[in-house]
Amino acid sequence: MKKIRQIIERMVKVMLTLSGSITSLAILLIIIFLFKEGFGLFNNPSVEKGYALCINASNPVEYLSPEQIKQIFDYEITTWDEVSGNREDIIPFRFDEIFSMYPEEEFGIDYELLPEKLGEVIVQNPNIIAYIPEQYLLRENASVKTLPQENIRVDNFFGGKEWLPTATPSPQFGVLPLIMGTLWVSFFAILIALPLGMGVAIYMSELAGTRIHKLLKPAIELLAGIPSVVYGFFGLVVLVPLVQKALSLPVGETAFAGSLILAIMALPTIITIAEDAMRGTPRAMREASLALGATRWQTIYKVIVPYASSGITAAVVLGIGRAIGETMAVLMVTGNAAVMPNSLFQSVRTIPATIAAELGEAPAGGAHYQSLFLLGCILFAITMLISVSAEFISKRQHNKGI
Amino acid sequence: MNKRLKQKIAFAVFRILGLMVVGILFWILGFILYNGIGVVNWEFLITAPKEGMTAGGILPAIVGTLCLIAGSVIFAFPIGVMSAIYMNEYAGNGWIVRFIRIMTNNLGSIPSIVFGLFGMALFVNTLKFGDSILAGSCTLGLLVLPLIIRTTEEALKAIPDSFRTGSLALGASKLQTIRRVILPIAFPNIITGLILSIGRVSGETAPILFTVAAYFLPKLPNSIFDQVMALPYHLYVIATSGTDIEASRPIAYGTALVLIAIVLLMNLLATILRRYFGRKVKIN
Repeated sequence: MKKIRQIIERMVKVMLTLSGSITSLAILLIIIFLFKEGFGLFNNPSVEKGYALCINASNPVEYLSPEQIKQIFDYEITTWDEVSGNREDIIPFRFDEIFSMYPEEEFGIDYELLPEKLGEVIVQNPNIIAYIPEQYLLRENASVKTLPQENIRVDNFFGGKEWLPTATPSPQFGVLPLIMGTLWVSFFAILIALPLGMGVAIYMSELAGTRIHKLLKPAIELLAGIPSVVYGFFGLVVLVPLVQKALSLPVGETAFAGSLILAIMALPTIITIAEDAMRGTPRAMREASLALGATRWQTIYKVIVPYASSGITAAVVLGIGRAIGETMAVLMVTGNAAVMPNSLFQSVRTIPATIAAELGEAPAGGAHYQSLFLLGCILFAITMLISVSAEFISKRQHNKGI
Repeated sequence: MNKRLKQKIAFAVFRILGLMVVGILFWILGFILYNGIGVVNWEFLITAPKEGMTAGGILPAIVGTLCLIAGSVIFAFPIGVMSAIYMNEYAGNGWIVRFIRIMTNNLGSIPSIVFGLFGMALFVNTLKFGDSILAGSCTLGLLVLPLIIRTTEEALKAIPDSFRTGSLALGASKLQTIRRVILPIAFPNIITGLILSIGRVSGETAPILFTVAAYFLPKLPNSIFDQVMALPYHLYVIATSGTDIEASRPIAYGTALVLIAIVLLMNLLATILRRYFGRKVKIN
């Protein structure tokens, strides 16, 4: 009987230990899956998989960068000499154009003559650049040159200024506008939330009586509990028209509207943590300051706020973390234009909003899908950094107490 | 300037700021309540959306959200509580506990959209659950795990060591002590954590976008491998991308009101429980 009980005790202990490791395991799995999918992006060719770019063999051009390819097919580069070729106009050619050049019968029953026709077109036009599926490529044709393909490069991803993941033939994965959009919106959100949050935190920890405190505390908890999609909805139907009218903008869906809604959402985090930090000020320090003839206000800003500074910094850092990771509210109010932001009153797009908006349409395993996971990695890394540094900062606070 | 006057001005400003925060809360809640109250009635709660989501009710979304709540709680609650018991009762105070605590905090700080990505990669694509209640529940379960662990740990920590030593001195084993002494006392506070996580689960949108949520699916789920609609996603859809946004505005207000009511009810319940039982334990 006693033996059985001992065995049970031991089994329970093993189970508890296993459950204890669940969070570490979860983080490990998140890292593995996010980074595995995300870094697969750099194994993708910069042109869509399964497609090739061909030019006439008489064309001296040997290499085109992904950006040049995109500009050629967008008609931004129009002559070959801009990409170190002859002084001739470029003729961009997309695969489906072939069907308007020849009658259907000429391709044969199973399109077996299609490669030949494609070859014919390329041979006839010395200045053509053709974007065609590899399966229809005529390998033996000596007068057709296939341009070498390179993989998507790391510096193109992190340094690129264009986010056009569905552009053909050469999708652009430049993450800078998204990072800038995220930082832009979060920074101004904190700029709004910090003075407001600090004021309320001081009020709650130093001025409010217990009765008012008992009313304010649940109010702030409620504010923290409102789902982000409801904030987004509120922002969409109230703040966006308000911003548009008050500043007479063409559209209200701007970075500013996003900052406003994020400021409200970051408030509870900032208030709660800053208040806790200020409450932690030893009674002796307050009383010493008051005994020296300082007013309560002087005591607050010369003794309590400096004493609680690490806690307040932690509050700000965590507030920023909350703002950077927020998805739905931002998605609904910022307008989501993936361009480099240069004004607070234009539409921007953040990293989380990009993932939420595009993952549904990106085919699993493709370059677009992987690029969104890489965005997830960036987000994950930023929030990890923030949470670790907040922990480090508030630890300094505890040491000071001793 | 006189230092008394300075103080008066500063304090007045703080008072106004405090009022402002309460004002913002009432503004948001009042706005949703004012616009939604006329829409929400029994009919609205028990019928499916009709005519491209511009008419009818939100029954499938409510049922979907209830399924997700149940699923994620079944997954996360036992594991979370056991994890907290391990940390507080077994692991001592060494580096292991510190490491686990840091990991738990980190997991809690990961943005919800990253959980969505992860849930899609692991549960939907790798484990082949597909877009299903199962995949969504697991993702949401992971999301609320830190919350459950933290509240349970706090509940356990609040119990004085004399309860443990007293029980052990009477000859009870460690497991018996936990089952008969520790858990019954901590129970109300653990339940508080559970209720808070229900509130959290019912409001999260980003993690379910790619793991379970259906754009429009007016039938109720049959198994855990079915897709469902969910309240927060439904609100997002009819607020931004419905067939006729203007016509579905009233429905959006109603949905927002129902969603907020669920979340706030859970928070209120948790607060009441905490106050009521918080007192009781102390008297013991």
